[in-house]
Amino acid sequence: MGAFTTENENGVTVITFDLPGEPVNKLSAAVRVEVEALLIGFRDDPATRAVVLISGKADNFIAGADIEEFTALTSQDAAERLSFEGQETVSRVETFHKPIVAAINGACLGGGLELALACHYRIATDHPKTQLGLPEVQLGLIPGAGGCQRLPRLIGARAALDMILTGKSERASKALRLGLVDEVVPRSILRQVAVAAADRLAREGLPKRAGKGGFQGMVLDRTAAGRQLVYRAARKEVLKKTGGHYPAPLAALEAVRVGLEQGVTAGLAEEHRAFGELAVGDVSRKLVQIFFATTALKKDDGVPPGSATPRQIRRLGIIGSGFMGSGIAGTAVLNVEVDTRLKDSDLTRVGKGLKAATRLIADRYEKRRITRPQYERLTALLSGSADYSGFNRADLVIEAVFEDLGTKRKVLAEVEGLVRPDAIFATNTSTIPIRQIAEHAQRPERVLGMHFFSPVERMPLLEVIPTEATAPDTLVTAVRFGRRMGKTVIVVADRPGFWVNRILSPYLNEAGHLLQEGVPIEVIDRVMTRFGFPVGPVALLDEVGLDVADKAGGVMHEAFGERMKPAGALSRMLGATRLGRKNGRGFYRYKEGHKAGVDTSVYALLGVRPAEADADLVQRRLVYAMLNEAAMACAENVVRSARDADIGAIFGIGFPAFRGGPLRMIDDVGAGRVVETLYQLQEVFGERFRPAPSLLEMSRRSGRYYPA
Amino acid sequence: MIDIRPGRRVAVVAGIRTPFAKSGTVYRDVSAVALARHAARELLFRSEVDGREIDEVVFSQVVPSVLTPNVAREVSLLPQLPPSVPAYTINRACASAAQAINNAADQIRLGNADVVLAGGVESLSDLPILHSRRFSRMLVEASKARSLGHRLATVGKVRPKDLIPVTPAIAEPSTGETMGQSAEKMAKENGITREEQDRIALMSHQRASAATASGRLAPEIAPWFGGRDMDEVVSEDNGIRSDTSIEALAKLKPVFDRKYGTVTAGNSSPLTDGAAAVLLMSEEKARALGHEPLAFIRSYAVSAVDPGWQLLMGPVYAVPKALERAELSWKDLGLVEIHEAFAAQVLSNVQAWGSQSWADRLGLPGPVGEVDWERTNVSGGSIAIGHPFGATGARLVTTLANEMRRRDVEFGLISICAQGGMGYAMVLERR
Repeated sequence: MGAFTTENENGVTVITFDLPGEPVNKLSAAVRVEVEALLIGFRDDPATRAVVLISGKADNFIAGADIEEFTALTSQDAAERLSFEGQETVSRVETFHKPIVAAINGACLGGGLELALACHYRIATDHPKTQLGLPEVQLGLIPGAGGCQRLPRLIGARAALDMILTGKSERASKALRLGLVDEVVPRSILRQVAVAAADRLAREGLPKRAGKGGFQGMVLDRTAAGRQLVYRAARKEVLKKTGGHYPAPLAALEAVRVGLEQGVTAGLAEEHRAFGELAVGDVSRKLVQIFFATTALKKDDGVPPGSATPRQIRRLGIIGSGFMGSGIAGTAVLNVEVDTRLKDSDLTRVGKGLKAATRLIADRYEKRRITRPQYERLTALLSGSADYSGFNRADLVIEAVFEDLGTKRKVLAEVEGLVRPDAIFATNTSTIPIRQIAEHAQRPERVLGMHFFSPVERMPLLEVIPTEATAPDTLVTAVRFGRRMGKTVIVVADRPGFWVNRILSPYLNEAGHLLQEGVPIEVIDRVMTRFGFPVGPVALLDEVGLDVADKAGGVMHEAFGERMKPAGALSRMLGATRLGRKNGRGFYRYKEGHKAGVDTSVYALLGVRPAEADADLVQRRLVYAMLNEAAMACAENVVRSARDADIGAIFGIGFPAFRGGPLRMIDDVGAGRVVETLYQLQEVFGERFRPAPSLLEMSRRSGRYYPA
Repeated sequence: MIDIRPGRRVAVVAGIRTPFAKSGTVYRDVSAVALARHAARELLFRSEVDGREIDEVVFSQVVPSVLTPNVAREVSLLPQLPPSVPAYTINRACASAAQAINNAADQIRLGNADVVLAGGVESLSDLPILHSRRFSRMLVEASKARSLGHRLATVGKVRPKDLIPVTPAIAEPSTGETMGQSAEKMAKENGITREEQDRIALMSHQRASAATASGRLAPEIAPWFGGRDMDEVVSEDNGIRSDTSIEALAKLKPVFDRKYGTVTAGNSSPLTDGAAAVLLMSEEKARALGHEPLAFIRSYAVSAVDPGWQLLMGPVYAVPKALERAELSWKDLGLVEIHEAFAAQVLSNVQAWGSQSWADRLGLPGPVGEVDWERTNVSGGSIAIGHPFGATGARLVTTLANEMRRRDVEFGLISICAQGGMGYAMVLERR
């Protein structure tokens, strides 16, 4: 036996799962065979009256199924069989005639939770790492080992759908409220309590569980008519969130529905059928690729492994307490628990910044994700001043002042005069080349760029930009710190716009051209949300701020010439002091901070009359402007790999995940057809659509960005 | 310098305080713990000392919260300090923070610690309000009741007057006399006039106001981010009246003896919220960490008198004792900081130090010394700046040490009168 060891404690057999050579427990075909063998072995063992299943890993119960295993599957049949076999094994756990207690400490996810659900009693620890959930939909799949059947039966249709359709996981305290676990105990007594519970169950029989949710639960979860309402609402919510681009949540909903309305057997059949279909489907494949890419990025420090040692960051200094600076401060305190000092030119600004950062901590407290003492501790890590007091002890200083070269250079010079020689200076800029900011630096090896996206606490991406002078240990320290802040980090070259703004720029500019041609704003935005972006380009301009976008557009024009020449729409808007959401006047109208429809008076300002437009062509222009620029930037080695490029586009600008990213899309469409489309666009709309030389080359060689 | 005391020399490295504010104003909704933590944390940042260097935290609070009786531990649990730093809270009434500094200094002197963070806090906006004894007893009984009926029966005994809360008064437990009444008594017995008192108050405001305006006090103040949006920045003490005048002060009605009294709200220190903290190190440690000490602690002394006599005359005894221990005389002092609880008390102390009859009582060959106001309370005092009981001692040490450095003065003294008839004095030295 490889993964399991057993021990008998007074008639209770404790099975410890500890997958050799892995940091976490995963379920695979091999593990399943072992479980089957264990069940047979203990079925007729007179010395075993009950069983406890516990993990031998530190703070991990079972992380889920082995993803590599099912990505190797090539046919729908094979995938369906995998799910079916998983269902069978889990069912044998459920029907085992001696009680089985799941003793859960650490992540209990996916297949791990499905297995736990089949056990007869669940005890979880109150450790923060104890999380229970069915994240399958996040990989374009559904729970395929009976999870769609057992979870709604245990906690009710509404609560189960909430977990399954979003893939979110719950802490132990919430799991207890939901009825997902029977007890929550401290980690130190988990095994002891589980053994006692198993013994009790063997003597007294299985526990009776009352339906949850009171009167509402009785009506909505336990009547067929009530459940119809629940399904309808869930479907509507899913379509709203996915735009119909992601099939998994609807398939999961169907598997739950069939199971509840037509019985477990029918439900299980629907479950493995849908799992098989989804597992080999394109969307799941893309989402799994992204999962692997982000997993790989978590281990990628941007330098060859072992070539540089990251420095410990105990103190963080932030200069500029505006939206960016305070967002960085709050996110750093929350995720890294680092002593953070915020500096700005006057104390009122510092206070406002401290408040904004504190707000992020307060939000987490109000959502009960942290306790009051944790809140007190975290807020005590935040401080601020109008001078540089405390900066001499900073290990990392992040500058987030106004986007102006002179100001940034001045701040760098001031900081270099204060900090220890080995302290790192990171500049948060979206467009200014880092080497220009670092031009007069005394210690250019300690300077790099950290480009955060706004709002910092929500945007998952961070671009880290070394210059040619940046030392490897500076780079690796910044990458690691960004990752500890919860960001997916890509290391990109010090070229104007770096990666994300580089490919965004022609896309937004094309939106400007469309506006100047009189294409209605809602058409432009709608075609792109239909394409899969969370917001359209015009709405995005409003969010970013038209002044900021205009300034960035100017920098890009200067760097890349004619093809990035601004369409002119932004300068007209700025002429009428329209800055976007921030001053409540942009392409859209805003009421009390909420978007309230297109502002039709904009058309007159732009000197156009809105007219019908060919939606397909509009979409093509916008998408291909971005694809073409992506190919150019890639050829210039702005990114280190296609993987980084696509992850950057997905996490940085919301490029639709189910399309896998711009380079993956070029591969899927085929470089030849991409070139063809660009030629057509070039003919009508001019040189800015001239295909990238690298695309031409790729098309000649039938090349790809990723191996086929 | 002469080695007048055994053990290591203790350096005052830095001091900081929150702005002092009249109770019920800007810190209305702020806990004493939050004020104390703010001062301590800013002290670390300003002095650029790593929290890992701190060996102990000693804090003081005169009226502690029942919920956080050991405020020092809450300070030492700041995330900037390792959780392994022990902490305790002391109370020597209005001399508390000075006493906290002493305790810290003694530990350094003895070699038990190298770096100690000492200070104090008071929030009279965050006072514990008590239930009446009878009501408290019923609550305890009710919580122990075995049945609902029994519980209701207990609660049923409550009378309306039991519900009137008990607010702690600033009165002597042994005599029942309030501070103000004591000051009034001292003014009468020592023949201190209303005008003399108002002149002291005016000087306090004018000097504090000038020191604030010139930025001389700014280095000892860590601004507070107040208000719902933290954008109401407080960086100055809000009790200082730059516009007050002898006429305005003269118009105020006496508070404690409405008919024949002279003590008014204008010539007394106000109820105040605030915190102050001082960083102390052994001289060697300070030098090793690259700090230029502001001053060193040379000596201190504490005394007490019968509270039923003249309550605030303690300093008259403490000061000569501290000077004797410092092997100095009054004329060696370049700067003096006298805590101004009441102008009447300040003037009574000054009168006693300067008189031969008091020298006879104290068994001294001549008077302790004549106060030179050009060298005394040069940046104002507690009447203007305010007096958070637990914090004042640390403010005085910080202000004196900063000013000694500014003027390059060799010796300075602080004098504090305290509740319970106690007096306190400390001598600082430079060089």
